[in-house]
Amino acid sequence: MEFYLPIAELPVNIWLIVGMSAVVGFISGLFGVGGGFLITPLLIFLGISPAVAVASVSTQIAASSLTALISYWKRRALDIRLGLLLLSGGSIGTVCGVMAFNALRRIGQLDLTIGVSYVILLGGIGLLMLYESLKALRARRRGLAAKRPRGGNHPWYFGLPFRMRFPASGLYVSVIPLLAMGLIVGFFGALLGIGGGFMIVPALIYLFRVPTMVVVGTSMFQILFSMSGATMLHATTNHSVDFVLALLLVVGGVFGAQFGARAGRHLKGEQFRLLLALIVLAVAFRFLGDLALKPEDVFSLSASVTPIAGAAQ
Amino acid sequence: MRPVPLIILLLAGMMACSNPVRAESLTISLSSGHVAITSTYIGTDLVVFGVIGRDQASATRSEHYDIVVSARGPRSHMVVREKAALGPFWVNRREQKFTFVPATMAVATNRPLDEITSPEMQSRYQLGLGSAIIAQDLRDEPFAEALIRLKQRDRLYETLPHNVEFITPNVFKAVIPVPARAPTGLYDVEVALMSDSVRLASQSTHFEVVKIGFEQDVADAARLHGWLYGFAALLMAGLFGWLATIIFRRD
Repeated sequence: MEFYLPIAELPVNIWLIVGMSAVVGFISGLFGVGGGFLITPLLIFLGISPAVAVASVSTQIAASSLTALISYWKRRALDIRLGLLLLSGGSIGTVCGVMAFNALRRIGQLDLTIGVSYVILLGGIGLLMLYESLKALRARRRGLAAKRPRGGNHPWYFGLPFRMRFPASGLYVSVIPLLAMGLIVGFFGALLGIGGGFMIVPALIYLFRVPTMVVVGTSMFQILFSMSGATMLHATTNHSVDFVLALLLVVGGVFGAQFGARAGRHLKGEQFRLLLALIVLAVAFRFLGDLALKPEDVFSLSASVTPIAGAAQ
Repeated sequence: MRPVPLIILLLAGMMACSNPVRAESLTISLSSGHVAITSTYIGTDLVVFGVIGRDQASATRSEHYDIVVSARGPRSHMVVREKAALGPFWVNRREQKFTFVPATMAVATNRPLDEITSPEMQSRYQLGLGSAIIAQDLRDEPFAEALIRLKQRDRLYETLPHNVEFITPNVFKAVIPVPARAPTGLYDVEVALMSDSVRLASQSTHFEVVKIGFEQDVADAARLHGWLYGFAALLMAGLFGWLATIIFRRD
């Protein structure tokens, strides 16, 4: 069934969009990632302009993170104080990211930057997670409990000034590295048009040793607010939120996320991290292929962003 | 000191230049002046009807007529970029801007355009897809070719060599497609009457592509009431997010 999208200005198949967003929603609810890094490239592939895709996906991510957040909230698997701190660092990063986005688009190197960023971020995080989770799984099979670092041998950045207690995460740590992480995530989130969950989740697990279940809820909290802000920003500045597209994505996304959040309860921590590592790596490889393989057509066409001086009809 | 014969000479010269006296006339009509984009819009066709008027001077013409119908969408500036290998990666290196490029273009003819007239005459009369690029922009041939090729790949530019049909020797109809991804705005339709690779007459008209009903309401709301629109989108997102948890409550 085809429906004409009023802002994207093209007809799409309703069931294709709903189905796609349901699958991404499932992954999103399962791993506590927004899923933007999966669905935005898919929508662009369907012919929807990147601006409309990024803006409408932010609305969907707001919805699916809310629904997942509610179920994590009920299980108290959430650290609001930590989430707020990440959010405050993130808002500064977002503003810088939007400025970088516009500057790169003007000089025609946005696609390259996005591609390289995805490869480095996703590839790096994916490989680290893969290595760690495989090691943990092997240790479990040999009957050894994975060595959990206990208090006393904390990394150096825990002891920077302005330490703060995070009871829900069992953390007593300086706010400086947390704010810095929020800033980095916000920057790349705005630049790449994603929530940044795939960066927050591994960082909290590996760098700050927050329990996996609390990490997902906290990541959802941060994503809900940053994506609501992004929706308003897109709606008021470039009017690129497509309500119909967002609705289709939301309907598929929230139900997918519900199933995902339930499935997540039956997964062991190591399995969870292994699966997320594989998904992250797969996307990294796709972007690497786009960069390194000779393109089918070396030419590409896009609307001119800068007005052409002296041109008159 | 003999101005009168000079004027006669000039007049005679001008008459000679305005070679063959235009004997044919062309009358065209479009099946609709506007295309309405509704929720079920997936592209459409418009039909151009035309009548060739002849008088005594043209009655004896031996060559048959050719018709070239060009439909051009709203114009905007475009950039074509070329990727080149930089180390292991393919990177955008060179680029060229093109001004006033039609968003869509359809060229319908009764036989292939190259059979109707030579490439030189095509560019002189602004016929064919090449006319999408205005002369001042023709600096780098591969970029111009790429623009047209990419537009064709997206089915926004089309040549339709058999879409003009002569109903009688003097009456024709042409089908011109309006693609699913046609932007809203004013579209020009130009009809050229050709014979023996020369243009005898031409006429132009236009149609408008507009969103109506729901599609227009949403587009207007997004443009005019950004804040309300954004809140509405978030409210919708919140409603569904909450609804899903209610439906899945049975823990």
